[in-house]
Amino acid sequence: MSGPKFPPQADDPSSFATQSSDATETSQANDRPATKGITRRGFLKGAGVAAAGTALLEGAQVFTREAVAATRREHDGVKEFGPGAIPVALLVNGKEHTLQIEPRTTLADALRVHLGMTGTKVVCDRGPCSGCTVLMDDMPVNSCMTLAMDAIGHQVTTIEGLQSEGELHPVQAAFVKHDAMQCGFCTPGMVMTCSALLKKNSHPTEDDVRQATAGNLCRCGTYPRIFAATLEAAGVSGKESIRNA
Amino acid sequence: MATTKSHPAADAANSTPKKTVKMPYGVPGYTLQDVERQVPTTEPPVLPVNADLEYIGKSPKRWDAHAKVSGSGRYTADIQLPGMLYAKFASSNVPHAKVVSIDTSAAEKVPGVKGVFVIENLLGGARLLNPSLEVSRYPIVRYAGQPIAAVAATQPHIAEEAALLVKVQYAPKPFVVDMEMARQSDAPPVFPGPANQGGSAGGGGGASDVPQTGNIHGPAVHKRGDAEQGFKDADFIVESKYTTQVQVHNALETHGVVADWKPDLLTVWASTQGTASVREELASFFKLPKSQVRVITEFMGGGFGAKFGPGNPGVVAAALSKQTGAPVRLMLDRKEEQLSVGNRPSSDQTLKIGAKKDGTLTAIQLISFGTAGCGTGAGCAGPATNLYQSASLHTEENDVFINAGPAAAFRAPGHPQGAFALEQTIDEMAEKLNMQPLEFRDKIDANPVRRVERQIIRESALWKSRNPVPNADRGPIKRGVGLSQSVWYRHIEMDSAAEVRVHRDGSVEVLSAVQDIGTGIKTVMAQILSEQFGVPPQQVSVKIGDTNYPVGPNSGGSVTTASLTPAVRDAAWQAAQKFLVSVAPALGTTPDDLVLTKGEVHSKSGHMQPIGFRRAAAKMDTSEVSAQARRVPDYDPKHYDTYGGVDVAEIEVDTEMGIIHVKRFFAVHDCGRPMNPSQVINQINGGLIQGTSYALYENRLLDPTYGLMVNANLDQYKIAGARDIPQLHVQLVESYIGQSSTDASGIGEAAGIISAAAAIGNAFYNATGVRIRSTPMTPAVVLETLSKAPQRSNA
Repeated sequence: MSGPKFPPQADDPSSFATQSSDATETSQANDRPATKGITRRGFLKGAGVAAAGTALLEGAQVFTREAVAATRREHDGVKEFGPGAIPVALLVNGKEHTLQIEPRTTLADALRVHLGMTGTKVVCDRGPCSGCTVLMDDMPVNSCMTLAMDAIGHQVTTIEGLQSEGELHPVQAAFVKHDAMQCGFCTPGMVMTCSALLKKNSHPTEDDVRQATAGNLCRCGTYPRIFAATLEAAGVSGKESIRNA
Repeated sequence: MATTKSHPAADAANSTPKKTVKMPYGVPGYTLQDVERQVPTTEPPVLPVNADLEYIGKSPKRWDAHAKVSGSGRYTADIQLPGMLYAKFASSNVPHAKVVSIDTSAAEKVPGVKGVFVIENLLGGARLLNPSLEVSRYPIVRYAGQPIAAVAATQPHIAEEAALLVKVQYAPKPFVVDMEMARQSDAPPVFPGPANQGGSAGGGGGASDVPQTGNIHGPAVHKRGDAEQGFKDADFIVESKYTTQVQVHNALETHGVVADWKPDLLTVWASTQGTASVREELASFFKLPKSQVRVITEFMGGGFGAKFGPGNPGVVAAALSKQTGAPVRLMLDRKEEQLSVGNRPSSDQTLKIGAKKDGTLTAIQLISFGTAGCGTGAGCAGPATNLYQSASLHTEENDVFINAGPAAAFRAPGHPQGAFALEQTIDEMAEKLNMQPLEFRDKIDANPVRRVERQIIRESALWKSRNPVPNADRGPIKRGVGLSQSVWYRHIEMDSAAEVRVHRDGSVEVLSAVQDIGTGIKTVMAQILSEQFGVPPQQVSVKIGDTNYPVGPNSGGSVTTASLTPAVRDAAWQAAQKFLVSVAPALGTTPDDLVLTKGEVHSKSGHMQPIGFRRAAAKMDTSEVSAQARRVPDYDPKHYDTYGGVDVAEIEVDTEMGIIHVKRFFAVHDCGRPMNPSQVINQINGGLIQGTSYALYENRLLDPTYGLMVNANLDQYKIAGARDIPQLHVQLVESYIGQSSTDASGIGEAAGIISAAAAIGNAFYNATGVRIRSTPMTPAVVLETLSKAPQRSNA
């Protein structure tokens, strides 16, 4: 996974997702009650989510859920949400949506299931493929590893919101021109990643594009077209002619 | 696609009236000439070469590119229907067991759960010839991850949690997940007796009329000529052992369906390479008339051979929909995808070839073992059989059963494995003969198109930069250049039909049940109508991926473009003739006097000035004319074509770290008439990348202690990414073969996946002077390979 793919962390300490994402391997035991299986959602559900929460485990001592919540309430006046559905306001593609979702809902599920915005694709559901990339403010994030609640207060941009006034974003237009796709399932994530790169670096090299898309998996192998398209969108000509026939 | 699939018989075509036509044949700039063919009188005029066409052979933008870049394309995973339930499998967590009991009561009690289904008829994998050897109410568990039951609930996470509450009591059996161990006489048997597996519409499956001893299913023996005599005649013999790993398809969209069972119609959205195969098998499974099963695949996120038929997700979702009265979505998660719906089998090959001093190849012998898990289909003799057909041949292919998920057809089944061994052995022999790789192949491969491709390689800067002396670099990082050929076959699916409609407003549409799996058939269909009617491709309406339309081919074995495009062109031509009949009265002439070309209606007699297609359409005497055409047999079915290419890899081997950097490929390929060169090259790029990934990284790892896959995800199952892939330069060779009204062929299989690992292997030898005989070529394999080789001094 490339560097900037994690959910924002610096000023947003409630990103639990990275702590538990590796735990899904153990969830398939049929003879165990669900509550004892460790799944990401189960973990988050058990833990509850604090809206402006602090780190879940504080210091060396492991608190129970109730103790953590009580401590927070006592010290910070922070309200605990969940596990039931609560209203959550998300700013998606410039429009505010209020959803009734459980606090454990990922941003990907909020978009796909609850808002019906299925342009964002879920491929691996644990980070390494970046198929579900959306922008939070201008930062590309894996929406499968970001809680919807962590997107509160951020501008979320999805593939559906990249066009302006019906015109394709330059990266989208360049993807069309260079045929930077085959099956198209990685395409939304690739486009989001490459558009984020150009916001940060308006004159990338091919190596910059490779670095930026290193976490985006394409199984059809359209990478050379993706590199060329992104460089063209930036106004930088690629090393090789892609339409070489 | 099985390489033995029969070619459409000439007999079927003999009864129809014929006309004689001259068609382009050969490679422009090299071997182009005219060839005479007898074709049905209903066939459209012969297409000239691409240079003389306006839309076909050009690269207009992908027809559905806008939908793909804007996120508006609806894949199966995106389908949401009112009241839809989400289903989740409960799967085995043991590799081999008899299921004693299944208790679903706890799962059923979870609020939101609407239905639970226990699988009693499992699809996939080999089946015992004598089922009475195993008496069990439920399917025997033969691999960890085998689906056992499924739960449907109102929300995905409720289904996930409830699936964990399905209690399964197992009576464990001894298991084996390592192929070498499985071959031992005292290994636990995966099946208690002989078992066979049929192939899918995409190929795969193995021989069924072969012996079975323990877990060894085979050998399937094939002979051509007298190989024993061939080795006696040989001056040189090269014999080596090669091994390759199991590769998992990992299409980005997982297998799955949305099934909506209504009393008079079962509608299924499926992520499939074959709407026809899904419809056929669901109708058969549920004993429904095919007319009451509709399958829709508007967009699909990759298949690579593993997505034919409904599979367990399809039948279980349909059963749950029937049970609950609600639409049901069942999409696999990534782990299930890697465990239960297919993979490329491993191989363990002993390959021996003989040649005379003059370079005549006298004999090829291949003994192979491979595991397709609890299925069959690990044969890999395709390249040995078909690349150099002048040699006598003896092949023995064996499947070895292990307790792992069954294999499925995977892009050029058996061929990357077979080419990895064969093409390195050919290079090894060339060195013994003191011949260069291209020179030796010129001697032993008579295929005229491959000959042109080798000539292009020979003249390329990359090949010229190759130092013919191996291990010439002095430093620890050594550069190498090597090549490999590939071969694939012309398979035609006769169940390929299309309808073309012309409307009075001048709009045109084409309909077929065929699915676009990412290869771009939608674009190609639009181009064919553009060529006929002069309407730009983006204005052609392409409606595919729905069995409500005329039957389309299952997209496996590179059949789609070769099979469907002639039907589309024939339908377009016939619709155009009906269109002329429809407008002739208003134009004051007879249909015979009219011809539609380059978007204009012309009068042969000069009766009128040319009139644009759209203006002419306004004069139609009916609001719509249409024609449906099915595939006519190849014009010269006795002439059997192969497709292929010659690929050159440039690599750097870090001999201290054991890392191979693949720097570049130069790939020269043919696939009949390229319909959309940009899309073809895109597929070849993808094949080279997938082949590089196979050569260096990908590997399914099974833990012998517990029988589980330890890297069933995308973080530990390493696939080549943006930083790993080489620079790619692809050159297409137009190759006219005089076989159909489009003369098109497919490219999916021949597109680099076959040759990449072999070319990298030959480049490794060129770099280091040492043969690498195992994939994936990880640093550990590279260092071990280098350390076992006799020390050679640097040049």
